[in-house]
Amino acid sequence: MSQDLLATFTELLSEEFGVPTEDVTPEATFEALGLDSLDVVELTLVLEEKTGVKLEDEELEDVRTVQDAIDKVQEKQA
Amino acid sequence: MLLDGKRLLITGVLDPRSIAFSAARTAQEQGAEVVLTGFGRGRRLTERAAARLPHPPDVIELDVTEPDDVAAAVAEIGERWGGLDGLLHAIGFAPASCLGGGFLDAPWEDVATALQVSTYSYAALGSAFADLLADGGAVVGLDFDAAVAWPGYDWMGVAKAGLESANRYLARDLGPRGIRVNLVAAGPLHTIAARSIDGFTQFDDVWNERAPLGWDLRDPEPVARTICALLSDWMPAVTGEIVHADGGVHAVGAGVPADVATGTAADATGTDADAG
Ligand SMILES: NC(=O)c1ccc[n+]([C@@H]2O[C@H](COP(=O)([O-])OP(=O)(O)OC[C@H]3O[C@@H](n4cnc5c(N)ncnc54)[C@H](O)[C@@H]3O)[C@@H](O)[C@H]2O)c1
Repeated sequence: MSQDLLATFTELLSEEFGVPTEDVTPEATFEALGLDSLDVVELTLVLEEKTGVKLEDEELEDVRTVQDAIDKVQEKQA
Repeated sequence: MLLDGKRLLITGVLDPRSIAFSAARTAQEQGAEVVLTGFGRGRRLTERAAARLPHPPDVIELDVTEPDDVAAAVAEIGERWGGLDGLLHAIGFAPASCLGGGFLDAPWEDVATALQVSTYSYAALGSAFADLLADGGAVVGLDFDAAVAWPGYDWMGVAKAGLESANRYLARDLGPRGIRVNLVAAGPLHTIAARSIDGFTQFDDVWNERAPLGWDLRDPEPVARTICALLSDWMPAVTGEIVHADGGVHAVGAGVPADVATGTAADATGTDADAG
């Protein structure tokens, strides 16, 4: 599941935001990947379209890394 | 339907939480044809939000600080529709220095930006679209009650006070051309713009405690409906007005007492009388 989600994130970060796939690791922060706060909002919209999981803005406040985001999505899917 | 066949230009959709997004959805549900505007960095987000509307509308570029953008938008709407029935101004911005306790220190350049985007642009857009709106069109803007000072709202509050005044002057000058001009003073809603204000959560408590009708900080639809009412033909003699879609907070000076809120006030009086 976690692997699938990493693949999903890798795909959407490269397709939608032009992030090189090799840069997308669980530890990478969205900031380091070049995403600003508007990009992060956009990311949640794409994520909702791809996974059906809707993250609220409060939940995003402590999301820094790709792994944080994966954890949030898994929490919501559970 | 309330807005059957109305041609509306809706600014201010940034994401699906935007007040303008809810207004666009409600307007479409009520039969309106809608075009959105977006700009610069936020444009992609606006397009993504647009795709979630019942009838995904076109998005045209409009940064209100760029006179060329304004002129191009007027030309585009003129070509597309040859007229316009309604314009929603749902635009506000202030640099961080102007918000969250920076009132005494904010530099003029930043204050100027806040006033240009949040106040001046209302009059500028109304004026630019006046020819298309003439004879029955409506302009609606979004206000946050500027009668008092709020925590953290600072220069944005001053910009809104200016907006309230600009609304009256614009109503004065566009009225003779058959254009109504009104503001909706909304209660607090958790949008991107609101989240950028430090201390915004203090508003939550005020609304939770005071709103006689109650208030849902996550539901812009009551505000959207009020916007649609003002854009409709059902308020034909209303202009220069500020309609408060705020659950009634502007009308009361303190919180609703718990016994009134729970509907037990009458019982409580009865008990007191018995005791006396
Ligand atoms: N959210 C609230 O609590 C609340 C309450 C009362 C009034 N309002 C007002 O409602 C309006 C919409 O805000 P929102 O809360 O939906 O937030 P939002 O962040 O969704 O919308 C703000 C909009 O302003 C636009 N904007 C900023 N600068 C611009 C520029 N130079 N040119 C064109 N557009 C520009 C942004 O693109 C964005 O779409 C604003 O005027 C805001 O002050 C908001």
